[in-house]
Amino acid sequence: MNESLFINIIIGISIASTPLIFAAIGELLVERSGVLNLGVEGMMIVGALLGFIVQFHTGNPFLAVVAALLGGMAISSIFAFLTQFLLTNQVATGLALTLFGLGFSAFAGRGYTEETIVLIKAVDIPVLSDIPFIGPLLFSMNPLVYLAFLMVYLVWWFLFRTKQGLILRSIGDNHDAAHAIGHNVVRYRFMAILFGGAMAGVGGAFLSLVQVPIWGEDMTAGRGWIALGLVVFASWQPFRIILGAILFGGITVLQLHAQGFDIRISAQYLSMLPYLATIIILVSLRIRLKNKTNRTVPNCLGRIFHSTS
Amino acid sequence: MSKGRFSSILKLSVLSTVLAFTSNVSADPVKAAFVYIGPTGDHGWTYAHDEGVKYAKEKLGDDVIMTTIENVAENSDSERVITSLARKNDIVFTTSFGYMNPTVKVAKRYPDVKFEHATGYMLEDNVSVYSARFYEGRHVIGKIAGRMTESNVIGYIASFPIPEVIRGINSAFLAAKSVNPDVQIKVVWVYSWYDPGKEADAANALIAQGADVLMQHTDSTAAMTVAEEKGIYAFGQASNMREWGPNAQLTGIINDWGPYYADRIAAVRDGTWSSSDTFAGVQQGMVKFAPMNNNMPTEVKNEAMKAIIDLSMGAIHPFTGPINKQDGSPWLAEGETPPNFPDLLTMDFYVEGIDSQYPN
Repeated sequence: MNESLFINIIIGISIASTPLIFAAIGELLVERSGVLNLGVEGMMIVGALLGFIVQFHTGNPFLAVVAALLGGMAISSIFAFLTQFLLTNQVATGLALTLFGLGFSAFAGRGYTEETIVLIKAVDIPVLSDIPFIGPLLFSMNPLVYLAFLMVYLVWWFLFRTKQGLILRSIGDNHDAAHAIGHNVVRYRFMAILFGGAMAGVGGAFLSLVQVPIWGEDMTAGRGWIALGLVVFASWQPFRIILGAILFGGITVLQLHAQGFDIRISAQYLSMLPYLATIIILVSLRIRLKNKTNRTVPNCLGRIFHSTS
Repeated sequence: MSKGRFSSILKLSVLSTVLAFTSNVSADPVKAAFVYIGPTGDHGWTYAHDEGVKYAKEKLGDDVIMTTIENVAENSDSERVITSLARKNDIVFTTSFGYMNPTVKVAKRYPDVKFEHATGYMLEDNVSVYSARFYEGRHVIGKIAGRMTESNVIGYIASFPIPEVIRGINSAFLAAKSVNPDVQIKVVWVYSWYDPGKEADAANALIAQGADVLMQHTDSTAAMTVAEEKGIYAFGQASNMREWGPNAQLTGIINDWGPYYADRIAAVRDGTWSSSDTFAGVQQGMVKFAPMNNNMPTEVKNEAMKAIIDLSMGAIHPFTGPINKQDGSPWLAEGETPPNFPDLLTMDFYVEGIDSQYPN
């Protein structure tokens, strides 16, 4: 295998993984606060549409990403309002959010299926990108790829190195206790849901702003569900999101290359692998939980908090 | 919790949208309905059917009332949709292979309603089948690709290993090989009709492996945009994709269903409709081509035009023997052409010379 092909594969993997990293790291924070939002797919597709529309009209990638972020936040605020104030069932509301996002974006995006935009290009970091081999591999990526990695670090830092992060985790584990000592459960959860929406929006926009310069109905094609699976795969640990996303994205891209090289492994088996890995991890997690040696699943995940005092 | 989540990972069938074109009507117009597998904005398969519907509407004017339903999944949902359409319409067109069984099932319950099923093979007294010889289009773009490739590698983004897709790969390869004996075809299966992200990934993978001309049998314009960006060539699929690849698109295969739809609906109006089996190609005008790109050398363009003319006169057949199967066993003898059934309609093998492994 020659060098440029290798670099090409790595870039391909980074592009396939990044939307998953964004969406999953957002959902991870949401679930750490004890909320299960199954609307990731719907928030992603709305982000993809809004990013595309703003890029089409302004040609300004920064505004496009901000629009996707705000779009994701806006639609997640519906979920936040319903689940936090009206105390609706989180699973049902999340599913409704996905269906709403898919339908709404298909409707609102009707006028844009004929259009195309200028993609957000990768940037060469001066000096560093000139280093042979390492340069093109690490320092010539798309700016949003760096942002995705930065977000993972920031979420880890927030959760495990700040007081607010500690409070958020305690709310996720026992909202009644957190409430009893005076923390505002609803406010923390509301903010976490908005953050999750913003990240899903950017993840969706990565598809329409970096991967392909088109808008198409349902173009997220199930990536929101994979992101949800990744949070479980990562057992709610931020850095494991990167590992999982690269595994998912890597297998997607590698199996396409393998077919081109005519490596005789059935494509269906390869596409199955990441899901299989998720199931295995889920099972082993369950066994560990039984032994009470490790408690990673937020205890209050999906439970409705109703303040009685 | 986790159990609920994993069952929901299974994709939900998406809300379907109903669009009804109504018009001012005088005397008893024919009511025609169309069931679509995807969104009309895919700029591929469903878009082409919808263009056909618009054509027929324009042609027949007040004589017809059209109803179209998008995004109907090929599961029990389709039977429900077809049933509800059969109650209110004179003729129902179901435009995807997977609607075959529900169409026939509903047709038996509504013997007075006419049904037309695209790309299938089950005929009834009130069910017609129709399909297009897309492989004739592949023959033309195969010739162009064989001439235009410099790396001698043609990349092929394929959806599912069904006979229609296999026919396209074989036809394109044989045509390319006839003008360029060194040509190779690399096939990548994405196992989806419509996933722009994955189609782009596949295009990038093929280009990284040396392909400088791309063909696709998927529905989105993603591969075309990649070809344009990377400065290589590609072909429009089902519709003209020039917009997404002004330099990349050499030509495109266009599915033109319009005249067929107009004829069939007019036949219902005139009371002359009867069950029929249509498999039409370039000759009947069901397979057409986007304008040839001016960046092609004149000889290549002329050769392609000649192939189109020959096809339209029925003078050539893309599968003309001698042709062996991939394993070397004989398929067609010298000068022999295959019958529609079973050879063409159930094709499940690559022809000799294709390196890629047949998907199992």
